[in-house]
Amino acid sequence: MDNLIIKNHETVPLASIPVLEYDKFLAQNTVLLAEERRHCVQYYGFLQSGMVQLLCCIADDMHGTILVSSALVGKKQILPSFTAHRPAFHKFEREIHENFGIAYADHPWLKPVRYPFDRARPQNDIANYPFFQIGSEELHEVGVGPIHAGVIEPGHFRFVCNGEQILHLEIQLGFQHRGVERLFLAKQHLLQRTVLAESIAGDTVAGHSVAFANLWESLCGFRAGAGLQFARTLALELERIAVHTGDLSALCTDVAYQLGSAVFGRLRTPLINYFQIWCGNRFAKGLIRAGGSHFPFNESLAEQLLEMLDAFEPDFDAMCEETFTLPTVLARFEKTGVVTHDQAVAIGTVGMAARVSGLNRDIRASHPHDFYPVLQHQPIIKHHGDVYSRAQLRRREIKQSIGYIRHLLKHMPLDSATPEPLGQPAPESLTLSLTEGWRGEICHCAVTGVRGELVHYKVKDPSFHNWLALALAVRNNEISDFPVCNKSFDLSYCGHDL
Amino acid sequence: MLDNLKILFRQGKQYIPDVRTAAVPGIFRGRPEILPARVNEAELTALCPTGAIGAAPVRIDLGKCLFCGECAFVFPDKIRFTTDYNMATNERQRLVVAEGAEMPVRLNPDLIRKEISDYFSGSLKLRQVSAGGDNSCEMELNACGNVNFDMGRYGIEFVASPRHADGLVITGPITKNMAEPLQICYEAIPDPKIIILAGTDAISGGIFEGSPALDRRFLDRYPVDLYVPGNPVHPLTFINGVLELIRKRAKQ
Repeated sequence: MDNLIIKNHETVPLASIPVLEYDKFLAQNTVLLAEERRHCVQYYGFLQSGMVQLLCCIADDMHGTILVSSALVGKKQILPSFTAHRPAFHKFEREIHENFGIAYADHPWLKPVRYPFDRARPQNDIANYPFFQIGSEELHEVGVGPIHAGVIEPGHFRFVCNGEQILHLEIQLGFQHRGVERLFLAKQHLLQRTVLAESIAGDTVAGHSVAFANLWESLCGFRAGAGLQFARTLALELERIAVHTGDLSALCTDVAYQLGSAVFGRLRTPLINYFQIWCGNRFAKGLIRAGGSHFPFNESLAEQLLEMLDAFEPDFDAMCEETFTLPTVLARFEKTGVVTHDQAVAIGTVGMAARVSGLNRDIRASHPHDFYPVLQHQPIIKHHGDVYSRAQLRRREIKQSIGYIRHLLKHMPLDSATPEPLGQPAPESLTLSLTEGWRGEICHCAVTGVRGELVHYKVKDPSFHNWLALALAVRNNEISDFPVCNKSFDLSYCGHDL
Repeated sequence: MLDNLKILFRQGKQYIPDVRTAAVPGIFRGRPEILPARVNEAELTALCPTGAIGAAPVRIDLGKCLFCGECAFVFPDKIRFTTDYNMATNERQRLVVAEGAEMPVRLNPDLIRKEISDYFSGSLKLRQVSAGGDNSCEMELNACGNVNFDMGRYGIEFVASPRHADGLVITGPITKNMAEPLQICYEAIPDPKIIILAGTDAISGGIFEGSPALDRRFLDRYPVDLYVPGNPVHPLTFINGVLELIRKRAKQ
């Protein structure tokens, strides 16, 4: 094996990454994925003097390491694909194909990913997506979106159905593409980049801004004090509780369970209002800053947080007890939208979507950062991979996170978190940052040039892996169960489209 | 059944009795105030991530402001964010808060079209389109209808079909890839119809302003009836803005 072994949030010189012949690069990385404990956290390309430098980062969950290797290829080359060996690479290779025009000889599904403004083939238009079609008079197609019935983000779902039954679902994304990765380079000020990170996905503000802050601090050789690390861990867990609670409400809505919908919905309010008490914004925008914080945590905030959680828990428990024993709810949740363990491994799901199919993937445990080493996180694992498991996982993760917060508050560090000046970013380096957001693992990667300026910035939301899991989950389900399946994943459109 | 009643009893009344006077908890960053202190204005304007701050006199464009609060941390004697959530208006210029001209942001009654109060004062159905929105504004618009804010009590609701809608609420900076669906949706709404821009991204593009992945020409084609600033918009900002729009028209 010829790769560079790094830790989470480690900054390494670009020159230390081995550049392999493509065939060896392919063989090495596809072999690594033979074991379940390894998965691809990032595989992308960036331009390097007329060539495309491919960079593959494989996380090893057992050793808490990331194995990095690369290859230099020409844009006009036709390459054998990783995907033919490991389907988990399919999206990464589609992205490389879309961005640079690199052709793959044996990729089974070389479709557009997000129609970025700087795509290699501008003539490919989002209005002419090449949908998979079945030429049968027995079957019909149902097209939904990009604009959906509710107040949610846009994306197009194309179902091939046999009567009420879904045979196949293809998900077309890209409508939300705002050019985030290029804006990271165009915006030169740290504050601009920070608010950009906060805007990658407005439902995962803590997740993406912690990923960015940890990355930037590592790049600048800054080590965050205990106070900052504490606040970041707290924000991540609070965000998890808030979104999970909102999702339980939405799941109840989708099975027409009014009481659950209303009560879980209102239980989310004090959680996000707490963020407003802490930092002035219900979605934690403004809270996480590289090198410091304008909103250091203190005793009085701790007191209010405990008070809020004490009021939350009994209501939450009572509502869960009722919801998860109600036959009308169970009938809709159980055995609906199943993703098997084998499917989850093959397509490389992460986060919640992996953990409900018996796949132990959780950055908090495998590549812990901030206060997670102290918490010694034990991921909650479910095995049925259905809507019920995804609902149950949320219920249990909420309880687990509340436990973590109570534990953290007992060991509150007292050092100040006032902003300190950061050094200059290291030149010609790579930094990789993994964070477990509420959906799953978030990965940010930065590459710097000779003067320490950003030359490439890569963002990966867990949704990038998991959208295919939704497409597989709904197969052979009734089309009327699609909304509840979709909500049970609650994937991000803007986080995917960037 | 008994458990259901117990839950209902425990929940009690959750709605905000009067959304016009409700106080927001904590340190919400709402309408900023510009104080008379003298500061280095070049430093102040350079600080803002979206160029929302202008100089001589110092002014903040709420249509560009991301409410990150950085200016107030660095220049606490100059800029202070109040908890006033009433920031919606129908005149773009009114979103600019300037030094020496301190007043609440309100709608200009003269600019409210007659048909809005004629048709929509008792009931307004809205079709929301996210065109590159980051899902925070979308979640806040959903929260407008939850049991706490209960916007439905005023007859204001989001509907699924543009055919059932009286207006369009746009969130996000309007991406190229959403420009056409947005146009089609607008055309599918029967006349008379209104356009509301919700959130800083929609009003100016926010941090995405100038990105080559955007196409904001839709806004050149049609007049905007309401600008609701925020990052994301607070439900109280939205509800109060819309209420003012449909109820407060100049007496003629």
